[in-house]
Amino acid sequence: MSAHEVNYLEEYKGKSFFERLMGWIVTYDHKRIGMLYLVTTLMSFVIGGVFALLIRTELWTPMKDFFDANTYNQIFTLHGAIMVFWFIIPAIPGALGNFCLPLMIGAKDVAFPKLNLFSYYLLVIGMLINLYGVLSGGIDTGWTFYTPYSAQTSTSVIAMVSGVFIMGFASIFTGLNFMVTVHQLRAPGMTWMRMPLFVWAIYSTSLLQVVATPVLGITLALLVMERTLGIGFFDPALGGDPVLFQHFFWFYSHPAVYIMILPAFGIISETITTYARKTIFGYNAIAYSSIGLALVSFFVWGHHMFTSGESWWANALFSAMTMFTAIPTAIKIVNWTATLYKGSIVFTTGMLYTLGFLLTFAIGGLTGLFLGSISSDKHFHDTYFVVAHFHYVMVGGTATALFAGVYHWFPKYTGRMYNELLGQLSFWFFFIGFNVTFFTQFVLGANGMPRRYFSYIPEFQDLNQISTIGAWLIAVGVFISFSNLIISALKGAKAPANPWGSKTLEWTDTASPPITHNFVQDPIVNAGPYEYGRS
Amino acid sequence: MDVEADIKKYGFPQWFKSKEHEFDSCKFGMWLFLVQELMLFGGLFVAFAMYNYLYPETFREAHHHLDKNLGALNTVFLLISSLTMVLGVAYTMRNQMGKAMLNLFLTFLLAGAFMVVKYFEYSHKIHEGLLPGALYSFAANPSTPENPQSLFFSLYFMMTGLHGIHVVGGMVCLLWIMYRIKIGKTTAERFGAVEFVGLYWHLVDLIWIFLFPIFYLVV
Ligand SMILES: [Cu+2]
Repeated sequence: MSAHEVNYLEEYKGKSFFERLMGWIVTYDHKRIGMLYLVTTLMSFVIGGVFALLIRTELWTPMKDFFDANTYNQIFTLHGAIMVFWFIIPAIPGALGNFCLPLMIGAKDVAFPKLNLFSYYLLVIGMLINLYGVLSGGIDTGWTFYTPYSAQTSTSVIAMVSGVFIMGFASIFTGLNFMVTVHQLRAPGMTWMRMPLFVWAIYSTSLLQVVATPVLGITLALLVMERTLGIGFFDPALGGDPVLFQHFFWFYSHPAVYIMILPAFGIISETITTYARKTIFGYNAIAYSSIGLALVSFFVWGHHMFTSGESWWANALFSAMTMFTAIPTAIKIVNWTATLYKGSIVFTTGMLYTLGFLLTFAIGGLTGLFLGSISSDKHFHDTYFVVAHFHYVMVGGTATALFAGVYHWFPKYTGRMYNELLGQLSFWFFFIGFNVTFFTQFVLGANGMPRRYFSYIPEFQDLNQISTIGAWLIAVGVFISFSNLIISALKGAKAPANPWGSKTLEWTDTASPPITHNFVQDPIVNAGPYEYGRS
Repeated sequence: MDVEADIKKYGFPQWFKSKEHEFDSCKFGMWLFLVQELMLFGGLFVAFAMYNYLYPETFREAHHHLDKNLGALNTVFLLISSLTMVLGVAYTMRNQMGKAMLNLFLTFLLAGAFMVVKYFEYSHKIHEGLLPGALYSFAANPSTPENPQSLFFSLYFMMTGLHGIHVVGGMVCLLWIMYRIKIGKTTAERFGAVEFVGLYWHLVDLIWIFLFPIFYLVV
């Protein structure tokens, strides 16, 4: 075996500890960078999850159980900010995108490997600045940093916001890198319409990352200026308008919802075809609907401000545009379901998470329509209904799909198989726990329990306790998953190159784990990515 | 992936197919970066348009405090610098490195001159108390919520300030490419760095071409 054919994990085998360490922390290899992202973002998920458990446990009774209201405000802010900026946004593009995308299009690496490593370190630097913020006073604004409160509170808004600003650039550069990679580095024969749908999804996400994230950057920079110089953009006393902050914030943060969910759609398209052993139904529709969603998502931000004093026609327009987003989303769900029809389904852990995704995401998506319609939103706005809705989309959708993806590509990442029984057990805890936690919150919200409050009226106690129990069930599921993944990565059975019989290049054309240069022979593509039934 | 070794041996990093392939990819990446820059400024332009619409009288009054002549002088500096930048790129491609260096250096000087003029403009404003937001203290024309003079200067300082940061960034990049030419890393064969800094520099100019009229002239 020549030096070039060593697998990427063993590239520095037999070298000193220092060299092996440097082989990880200053690597340009997209697979190793993907692994760095995977470990970093899953750790963030655990940290954000601990905060979630603290919140739910404190809400066991309406009284103070463990900590006071101020601490509570800080904890729900950190839960939100960490889950959004440390976990959901970077997780799938950073970890699975980096690892899989070049392999899937038959490239040797991303277009700009140095920039790729730089993006990762921007993320880490942003996190460190956030940590400094937590230690130097915390933050209690909620993850949305709304003015005027964020311009006045004495907590460390500047450190939090600067960290997010820097992480924003990590996101922009990752998106830029992937877009160039997809345009320029496809293997011979890999036409656009032969690209795996995961690549389409990451491409659409990248488009959003490049175009939308700078607006968040400038908004947060203005917030810092508001706090340091008092520029007054968001301060009515100086002629400014606090709602302008909301407009800017959601101009980014609504597309950001698609930065979070589109990559999940990509994963589902891969896993569902593999485990149903069937060609995807409606390839073109799914591919174009990703781009369609990315475009429509720029014109709906106003639906977050129905109650902030928008003019009635702006409300009506944003509401109508929001209804449009349901169309590409529904196209995807219908196509995935149609893919299952008459497939020979294998119920691996990856498939269970995939099916779980279909169910919970459908609920999450449909409840979004209640919030997109003005009249019902007036009732649900700022209640637990909203909390339940976006957790169905972000946890039931993105996080569930991420787990599907992690289990699916685990053999490719590590060259080892995970424990199937523990994997499936983790799914049932996660899935049941999730629905117990958040379905109750739909009911609570519809009954009028406001979000972000430290206390609630005694009538809500039973449902709150059920929700808290659900949160602990999720924790058990995640604990089982992580133990499984860590132990299997070290001791699992050796994985074959293509344990699931997939048809995409990362399975068919390279070993598990792949060699450092990805392919022994540069792949030449002469068929689509999902030609099941033909061999 | 040993980039330096690849370039020495083949003339381009090996995950690309050819030198041209590498160049096209980098150029596409640079354009995406410029899109990102436009969005960064875009938010501020929207804020300007909105407040200008809400307080037209205020903004008309406030803009008289800006010195049109200095603004015009700076516009001329940047326009000439665009020309010298183009020449710098063209001479690099034709392997006339002496002329290329001269033009890049002129670009650098013009950018410096722009910043010097900006310095005088800023210090004059600071002296008069025409400062953003809460710091505004121009007694002859107080800022009130109905007549927010200070908001105009908030926008002025934020937008020209962000642009100024970009000009300084451009100056650093110019020094960097001159250094690369000097040590022979950027050549007529591999002139990407000069081309891409050029693209960036034109964007910086273009943004000023919009900033100048909205603040100094039209309102
Ligand atoms: Cu939204």
